[in-house]
This record gives sequence, structure tokens and C-alpha cells, in this order.
Amino acid sequence: MNNVIFKNIRLIDPANGRDEKSDLVVHDGKIIGFSAKDAPKDAYIIDGKGAVLCPGLVDMRVSLGEPGAEYRESIDSGAQAAVAGGITSLTVLPDTQPSIDTPALVSLIKQRGRETGLVSLYPYGALTRDCAGKDMTEMGLLKQAGAIGFTDGARTLSDAKQMRNLLAYSRFLNALIVLHPEEPSLAKGGCATAGALAVQLGLPQIPAEAEAMMVARDLRLAEMTGARVHFAHISTAEALDLIRGAKAKGLAVTCDTAPPYFTMTEDAIGDFRTYAKLSPPLRQERDRLAVLAALADGTIDVIASDHAPADADDKRLPFAQARAGGTGLVTLLGVTLKAGLPLIDSLRLLTSAPARLLGLDAGTLSLGAEADLCMFDPDAEWTVKAGKLPGRAQNTPFDGLTLKGKVLRTFRAGKEVYTDRTLQKGNS
Amino acid sequence: MINQRHSAHLLGIKGMDRQTITPFLDLAESYALLSRSRKTPRDVLRGRTLINLFFEDSTRTRTSFEIAGKRLGADVVNMTVATSSVNKGETLLDTAATLNAMRCDLLVVRHAQSGAPALLSQKVEASVVNAGDGMHEHPTQALLDALTIRRHFGRLDNLDIAICGDISHSRVARSNLHLLLTMGSRVRLIGPPTLLPSAFGAMENVSLYHSMDEGLKGADVIMTLRVQRERMGAGLIPSEREYFSLFGLDQRRLTYAKEGALVMHPGPMNRGVELASNVADSPQSVISEQVEMGVAVRMAVLDRLLRMRSPS
Repeated sequence: MNNVIFKNIRLIDPANGRDEKSDLVVHDGKIIGFSAKDAPKDAYIIDGKGAVLCPGLVDMRVSLGEPGAEYRESIDSGAQAAVAGGITSLTVLPDTQPSIDTPALVSLIKQRGRETGLVSLYPYGALTRDCAGKDMTEMGLLKQAGAIGFTDGARTLSDAKQMRNLLAYSRFLNALIVLHPEEPSLAKGGCATAGALAVQLGLPQIPAEAEAMMVARDLRLAEMTGARVHFAHISTAEALDLIRGAKAKGLAVTCDTAPPYFTMTEDAIGDFRTYAKLSPPLRQERDRLAVLAALADGTIDVIASDHAPADADDKRLPFAQARAGGTGLVTLLGVTLKAGLPLIDSLRLLTSAPARLLGLDAGTLSLGAEADLCMFDPDAEWTVKAGKLPGRAQNTPFDGLTLKGKVLRTFRAGKEVYTDRTLQKGNS
Repeated sequence: MINQRHSAHLLGIKGMDRQTITPFLDLAESYALLSRSRKTPRDVLRGRTLINLFFEDSTRTRTSFEIAGKRLGADVVNMTVATSSVNKGETLLDTAATLNAMRCDLLVVRHAQSGAPALLSQKVEASVVNAGDGMHEHPTQALLDALTIRRHFGRLDNLDIAICGDISHSRVARSNLHLLLTMGSRVRLIGPPTLLPSAFGAMENVSLYHSMDEGLKGADVIMTLRVQRERMGAGLIPSEREYFSLFGLDQRRLTYAKEGALVMHPGPMNRGVELASNVADSPQSVISEQVEMGVAVRMAVLDRLLRMRSPS
């Protein structure tokens, strides 16, 4: 299937501002045209039946268990979940066991991604050795090996002087630094947002201010050093206000959020529901509304899945002891559409925006680009069922939620890598 | 909250209404009388097995459940699990599987983690009674406190009740708060800001005080809570001496409350920290009666939960 023509589709390409009925022609894995007349005579025809065809999604924050915790999620199982969610490029966090803090491991992860044949895998390099928050990694060598940016994953550096040094060093490498903003001493031991619910459940609390405090510190350090700083999974109104202000000042600062933070509130942890135990914890309604507003006004640059696999043993524990995190690959598109943004804007947050931020040659349907494609029905409804999701990890916080927007087919470099079960019989 | 699927569980007071709470108290009242006359019905739980599964030390609560079970004729087994061996939750669920295999009928659980009995209740066929979980709830303590109060005032509504001390970490405070508000009383919470979350102030009929003198004015009941020494290590209060000086219940402060106001404490007491010895031993103190009512309440809980079980 070297030559393919997609017909009867609504083509949406935020990178080029396109939202129109069009054809799309693929040759040797590349996009070569938008009209049937561009197609070679032997082109295989795929009838989209009115579905949306957009760039394969780019997910800039994914935890996988490999290396070290493949029982939670391996690169293979994660890739299967990704393509079922329309994701063709994913960026994986380095806080694995061992941490991705050597050039050899960066190369290995990239290689393992290629071996899946499903997705492009881009590892972050660790910001500090073993993500332990002490010694700087060989950022230059890691970058040469293919590290897409640097982060310590879900760990926060408490030492401001050291953070300044790391940012200053990254500036000279023009490397993106991705931070988990949570003041560690305030968050220590906590597992739920401070407030009435956590108080009533008797759960150790994390004040929402812990996020804003760390954002405030690191914005000052970013200003001092001129580094490119990206804040991950922003979840509070106060932190968003700070980022909005920093952007207005012209700082090279960006941020993302994850679907739970504009879809759910702390109420989801009622009855000690550990699938809704996330990091940062689910917030209150005013924060959820602030995240929605920041998506609409552009303060939030990207939506990332923040996929964090856990197995039953990690989650079938008393709430405070359960592992934090939820899966998010399969639900990324459907939950994002619930934000209610115009379709092209939702897709921009999932495709061209993360690709541009990370400097990836992805997330676009430009001529000559690799044919990484996601075909979905924006009107089809489906209900999330933990235990029935593709991939190994099933700890979805969205269990039972009905989503509108279903991925039908996913293509990586023109090759079909995912087909929805409903299409597997008698497709065109 | 009474959860009922195949088994009825008592996991917390939150979610229980007056119609659910009152029958427990009524039955406990009758068990209190029977206990005094030493005529407890030993056939109520005959042939039933009650396991006290304690992941935290608590001689008083465990003994109270043990006596309650034995007075009703149950076979009582005490299992104390050292906290150090429960650093992975698999142990908790493995324990559940073991208990299922042993076919026990009633499981009384104390655990350092909020929600642990609720998690166990999803996995065992026995009726689970929460005997204290982390900072969450201690429902039988609230019921025994309520019974003690009702015996003195004849009612549980329209009373002003002060709960004093470490509200933040107290499961006793949480359960009592839910119960007393549900029954129609007003609650004042008194403590230093580091031990009294402001979020409680948003609840209807709850007021917060950082001054004992202010908070105790006109109170019908004063519940003092145990202060753990570790709160000082955690930087939440500076010293026992300062705590007693600012939040200890002494004779002078007792005069701010209504005349004859009840003095309560869930035990074990730190004399000279939460309350002065002469207050603890004063005629207004009902601390010993609380212990007595504890057995009666636990008898009522065990009895009713077994009756509420649907045949499976």
C-alpha cells in the first residue's frame, strides 16, 4: 500500500489553518497532494465516509514503565494504546528505572520505539543524574543522542541555586526544560488538594498554592537565565495567572495541561477512588474553569495526556498509599473535545503546537510531510471502560465517562497502524 | 456510612441520617441496661466469629469490641498486625482473602490509612466495622459519645458542643462532627490554626475558635481530644506546656461553659495536656461512662449489622 488516496474526508490541519473537504494523497509514506488527480493510478482508495482526517497526535508527556517497570506498561503496549488514541508521536519521561540519563539509554529508547513500527518515540533526557535532583546530566551529549528536552519527570528540584545553574546551562544548549511545578516541602506526604473534601476524608493535603509558588520561583529563574521553560500539567488558576503575566512580559515560557484538569474536580476522589488519585491532585471547580479559560485564551499551549500507568497492585491500596497517576493515551482526543473549543483549536493543541514546541517534524499535513494521520468521527460516542482499554495499563480516571469523538484509524508514515474494531470487518 | 451489598458495613458516620443513627443508639441503650444487670443475651451472636483486625495498637477499642462480642456470645479472635509489615497494600488484600477463607462474620478493622476499611469491605464477605482509619472516621466512638450525651440531656438536638484540640488529625472529631450536625446540634471547633483546618468553617452550624475562653462560652458539652507528641516534632505546636496553657481545659475555663456542662475525652488522656486532672476527675466528667457506653454501642453495632445482612 505505497500509494493511498483518502477521499470523502474533512481535512483539518491546524499547522496550515486548513479545515475543508478535500482529498489527501500519500506516496511512499509522504503526503504528496490534496487532489485525486495527484494520485498515482494504482492508489488504494480509503473512503473516510465524512470522518475528520488530521495529523497524528503529538503527546508531549507520557510515562512508560520501560525500562524497569514493564509490568505497568512497556513501550510496545504503550505504543498500542497510543495509536488507538490517534497518537503517532509521543515523548516519554526519563524517570524510569534506570533513569534515561545517558546517551546510550536515549538511543535505546528511540530504537525501541522504532521497533514497535507504530509510533515515533522521543525520549526526554534526565535533568539531573538518576532524576535525583543533585548532579547535572550530560545535557549536551544527551541532546546529541536525541533527547528532545530535559526534565526530572514528576520530581521537583527544591534547590533554587541549582535550578538556576541548570537553566543557565540549558540556555547555552537551547534546550527545552520541562518542569513539574509543585513546591516539594508543601506537597510532601500529601495526596489530595487542600480543602473541605480532603479534610472530611481525612487525607493528607497539598495546598493548591504549592503549584503557583514553584511556578513563581522558576519564572524568576527563567527570567534571570533566559532559558526555555515549560511547565507541565498546570492545574490551578493562580499558576495560570502567573504564566499569563510572564508571557505578556515576553518570557520564553510555555505550559501544558492534561485532560483531567479541565474535565474533573476533586469530587472524583470521593469514596477513596484511587483511579482519580493524580499528580498534581484534582482541584476545585474554580481551578477547572480557569484551565478551560486558559485553553481558550492561549495561555495553555498544549494538551498532553500525562499518561501514567499503574497496575492493580499500585492502585488497590488505601488512598494515601496508592500510586498517583492515570492513563490517558486512548482518551486524549475524546476528553480534549469535551473542552468545547472549536475543533481546529482542539487539534492544534494536540498536533502542531506540541510539535512546534519540541521542534519535531510532525503534527502537520504539509506537502512532503510524513503521512502520520488520525481519522476520527467527531460525533461518535463511546464510553470509557477500565479493563477494556488497549494497552496494558487500565487505571483511567475517566472510567464510565461517555466521550464524543472516536478514533477510527491511525496511520504512521502512510501505514495503517490502528483500525477501530467496528471497521475491521468490511472496510473500504 | 452503612454500606450494604451482601454484607452491611459500618465504615463511617458521614452519609448516615437520623433514621439510621437512632436505632443504633436505642439498641445500645438497652444493651447498656442489660450489661449493668449482667443479663446480656449470649445467644445473639452464638456461632458467629468476630475478628478484631488491628493494624494499629489500641488496647481500649480492641478490648471494648472483644467484650461486646463475647457478651453477645460470639467467638472473638484478636489479630494484631505490626504496622511495619504492612508497608505494601497487597498485605491488606491478602489478609482479606485469608479472612474470607476463614469465613468470619464480623471484621473490626483499625488502620493507619484513611479509607483502608472501605477498601477491605469491597473484598471480604464479612461485615466490616471501622474501628478508626487514619484521620478519616471512628464511627463507634461517635455513637458512644452520642449515647452518653443523650443519656444526660435526653436529646441530641439543639445542643452546643465544643470539640477542642487536634481537629486536623482526629477521626474522632470528624465522626462526631457529622453525627452531631445530623442530629441537629451546633458544633464549635477549638484549636490552634495548625491543628484546625479552616475548611471546616464552611460547614453549616459549625464555628471555629482559636480561643478556648471564647469557644467554650455557653457550651453544653466539651469534648477534648488527645494530642499526640509527634505534633510537636512536626512543628504544629511548640510544647505541651504551651498547649495546656492555651488549649488545656482547667477549672477556670470550665466556668465559661454552661453550668454542669459535660466533659468528655475519647481516651487515653494526657493529664495536664488536654485537661487538668481535677477536671478529668470532676463530677462533670463522663469519661468513664463513655467507656461503658462504648461496649453497649459496639454490642448494638455488631447485632444490627448481622441482622442487616442479606442472605447470600
